[in-house]
Amino acid sequence: MKLILTEEQQFLKDTAQSFARDKTPVTHFRELRDKENSQCWDESVWKEMVELGWSGILVPEQFGGSEFGMAGISVIMQELGRTLTPSPILSTSVLGVSVINMLGSDEQKENYLPKIVAGELTTALAIDEGNHHDPFAIDATAVLDGDEWVLNGKKVFVVDGASADSMLLVARTSGKSGESNGISVFVANKDSAGLDITKISTADSRNYANIEMSDLKLDQNALLGEQDLAGETLEKILDLGRIAISAEMLGNTEEAFEVTVNYLKERKQFGVQIGSFQALQHRAAKMFCEIELTKSAVIAAMHAADENSNELERLSSLAKFQAGETLHLVSNEAIQMHGGIGVTDEYDIGFYLKRARVAEQIFGTSEFHQARYADISGF
Amino acid sequence: MEHLEQFRQEVRDWLEENCPPTMRTPLVPEEEVWGGRNAEYVNPESKLWLERMGEKGWTAPNLPKEYGGGGLDRDETKVLHQELFRIKARPALNSFGIWMLAPCIIEFGSEEQKREHLPKIIKGEIRWCQGYSEPGSGSDLASLSTKAEDMGDHYLVNGQKVWTSYADKADWIFALVRTGPKEPKHNGISFLLIDMATEGVSTKPITLISGKSPFCETFFDNVKAPKENLVGVENSGWTIAKKLLQHERNFISNFGLAGGGTGSGADVVNIAKKYLGEANGQIANSAQRENITLHKMKEHAFGLTLQRSGDEGAKASAASSMFKYYGTEHNKDRYELMIAAMGNKGLGWTNEGFSDDEQAITKAWLRTKANSIEGGTSEVQLNVISRRVLDLPN
Repeated sequence: MKLILTEEQQFLKDTAQSFARDKTPVTHFRELRDKENSQCWDESVWKEMVELGWSGILVPEQFGGSEFGMAGISVIMQELGRTLTPSPILSTSVLGVSVINMLGSDEQKENYLPKIVAGELTTALAIDEGNHHDPFAIDATAVLDGDEWVLNGKKVFVVDGASADSMLLVARTSGKSGESNGISVFVANKDSAGLDITKISTADSRNYANIEMSDLKLDQNALLGEQDLAGETLEKILDLGRIAISAEMLGNTEEAFEVTVNYLKERKQFGVQIGSFQALQHRAAKMFCEIELTKSAVIAAMHAADENSNELERLSSLAKFQAGETLHLVSNEAIQMHGGIGVTDEYDIGFYLKRARVAEQIFGTSEFHQARYADISGF
Repeated sequence: MEHLEQFRQEVRDWLEENCPPTMRTPLVPEEEVWGGRNAEYVNPESKLWLERMGEKGWTAPNLPKEYGGGGLDRDETKVLHQELFRIKARPALNSFGIWMLAPCIIEFGSEEQKREHLPKIIKGEIRWCQGYSEPGSGSDLASLSTKAEDMGDHYLVNGQKVWTSYADKADWIFALVRTGPKEPKHNGISFLLIDMATEGVSTKPITLISGKSPFCETFFDNVKAPKENLVGVENSGWTIAKKLLQHERNFISNFGLAGGGTGSGADVVNIAKKYLGEANGQIANSAQRENITLHKMKEHAFGLTLQRSGDEGAKASAASSMFKYYGTEHNKDRYELMIAAMGNKGLGWTNEGFSDDEQAITKAWLRTKANSIEGGTSEVQLNVISRRVLDLPN
């Protein structure tokens, strides 16, 4: 495994970089935030992304996708992260596609994947139920009643849950909370009776929802994969999500850092550029080192996913851990080094801090992944 | 690829025939080979192994064949290292000459200097030491004051160096000397090669907090150094000095992953399990387990960064200063975690009450404190990253 990009991946990265710079600079995010748009991402921008083929990067060719893999989609996420560009890529093109492709039957793939590629369908993966990510702590239930599944329970902090056309609902069909066995995944139209979706308002002004299932009735086709046996595959799907959001967080970090270093070169106090102060220089140099480590962890994880490496779990946790730690550090230092203007709403740097803390929570914090890494490694 | 596989087979066959049996067993510190005129070989097979590898040029695989090197390209060198690693071969030669000086002689030296010095370095016949720091010139290296006066056919050298690694065992020294006392400080420095056997050169070991003496003070008292031993142009030695420091940093930062040379092959996780005990297969103390996990994750990401830097080649984004800074700080951290895990067993000084491995770790812990000072302190590395990489103002 070489820790560099192929020409094809580099091309995707360059394309995404121009796209973000020209079509969705941070002002685009600011406008969306100020509009109080319930969706928090822009329909026409998403349409352009779909035309570029980004919705189908993980989709097999037979269903209209390009199979450019996790490396392909991660470099796009990274560049979009630089300008805080909101889109349903994570919820739909990474998680939705993976759930359907890795768990679904041929018929289900045929039914959903081409629609996702065409941009006609968005999805949201509803898994977490508590204040902290804990993938097997599932209390929501699904019980077979005649020829119908009946689902009850709640889901929280569902990424893009407020806008998705279809919900991918993780529920327990046997066993008890904490067990990997007994977990099943269902697909439901957002308008289904018994499915109550409430948008929540978060600091990063993105799209999340809480969901209540009260006797939600679904037909047998709604079950994705085998009853009780989705746990292991779901963990792998989450790893793909973790890698993708780590790449986005790396992009957030790189941009916040570069903007800050530029500010250090411009801002003058005591008659000199503040970047000439060693107190700031050494902190900037340490951030540089952590960013280099993050780049390595992210690229190793995305290639591991594409090569089906048995190191995927460890590398995915390493990537999310390192991306989280580094973004946490850089988002805090970026504010401090900007001084007064750093805490004004008018200046963009605060957006990175607010996005950072939310992204750190998604699919497990650094602490979660540190514990997971220790367990996998046998420490 | 076919060529490489063929080369691999050749290497494998040659090693099978030429690597002596005891050279495939774990290295013990007293059998480390540094070469030189006065080398003593506790194990005669170490000498044989050095001679065979030196003859082949594989002690310096990527240096040109015409000067005694292996003449291998990057991929071939990698294959050689993989094959050496496969049979767990000991290093045939440790050498500041190969790690630091040879690349600079290749880049800046005259044809005569290349022919004179490189083959002896590669064969381990001459052992070199580095004359950089002075009592008044540590981090501010360019303020050095050891002077070399032009006396026609030779320089007359007077002054003192400090922190000269193994000066008492070395045959020659590559030294930074001031040839232009009136020039601005960076512009009056020359890079001079001096035979330690010359009259007026003397050394005195410095005992460190670890109780060992890897460093010396080196004194020059009216030492005559022939003019032909100047490398590059007079007063332009700073350029060479900086280049050499890069080689040194790369070399030291690799310590960060190599385990710091305790000779005990100590791994922090195994140490922790042994001295803290295990609970359900886990390190029993949860706070120390967390600290160690953090350390191992940083180590993993740092290792991937070294790998990525190699894969990126010339386009690499990370700097040698970063590797030096991070690798040495990380190595210090490893030993702090190790002795913390060992509790009172991590603080032994002699064999009264402590095993050899335990004492070795205590001594290695103390030795690591110098890692982030020698070869440019961590603070100097952070300065270099700020100025050169981030382009922050002076």
